[in-house]
Amino acid sequence: MKRLIVLRVVAKMLIPFMLLFALYVQFHGDFSPGGGFQAGVIGAAAIILYALIFGLPAARRLVPERLVETLLGAGVLLYGGVGLAGIALGGNYLDYFVLGRDPVSGQHRGIFWVEVGVALTVSAVMLEIFYLFAGRGHRFDE
Amino acid sequence: MLIIAVLLTLMAAVAVAVAVQRNLFSVVVLGGIYSFLMATVLVALDAVDVAMTEASVGAGISTVLLLGALYLCGGGEAKPLARPWLPLAVALVIAGALAYGTLGLPAFSDPQAPIHTHVVPRYLSAALAETGVPNVVTAVLASYRGYDTLGETTVVFTAGVGVIALLRRIGRRKKPGRGQ
Repeated sequence: MKRLIVLRVVAKMLIPFMLLFALYVQFHGDFSPGGGFQAGVIGAAAIILYALIFGLPAARRLVPERLVETLLGAGVLLYGGVGLAGIALGGNYLDYFVLGRDPVSGQHRGIFWVEVGVALTVSAVMLEIFYLFAGRGHRFDE
Repeated sequence: MLIIAVLLTLMAAVAVAVAVQRNLFSVVVLGGIYSFLMATVLVALDAVDVAMTEASVGAGISTVLLLGALYLCGGGEAKPLARPWLPLAVALVIAGALAYGTLGLPAFSDPQAPIHTHVVPRYLSAALAETGVPNVVTAVLASYRGYDTLGETTVVFTAGVGVIALLRRIGRRKKPGRGQ
């Protein structure tokens, strides 16, 4: 699909906004609908759109599979790490109250990092599944 | 309520179309339409977080992944090897049991339903003061139900690892330039 100029131009215009929207959904999730899961999926969708229009090799150069596989585990580790940080600071596992100066700021910090972990794992898994499915055919390998 | 009834009727029509349709490409597209209708129902029910997930995962990523799978396995539905009477009977019995089960559920939006009287009042009244997060869905998901969300994330992780184990070509790892 590399040669279709309309698709290329529209995709180039859309992808930055998709990535920005993913970040908005991620970091504004405390105040509006959204959170790590939705943000991860939207971010992965932006990269998948890039891969569909510009070809799988281009997307693999942009976001290498090695990075995707690292993030896939890093998200869960980050989530579990927040839990361990709670233990280290004298609370229970996944106890956010001890993470900050006062309970409410601790909750904020815990929720923030937990959501980041969810977003990393979800976007990496979606992207990895797409890479593996698309990599078996040759339609995307233009 | 009228809009929800209309949307649910459309969803039933789409489900019938999926069952009748023999072209798998159409089935995948109809599946995406079904997800978008479901997302609209959830918006009408004020469950915007779930609607967002349904629209992005159900209608977005799933459609792309199913089209990718379709490209690998061809777009026509194979002829069934045997008459489907037994599976049809099993499906009908299960559908009947599920419909019977709904009779025991509390009425729609009944304020006395167990789900609304157990921990929900505390979440709704205390979430803002305890977590400082105005969106109660986020507070419940990431804080009150942090263990559940950790489990969910682990399930997603396991799905990714499973797909890697099944689909990754082993030879690729020996390609020059990787792992250095």
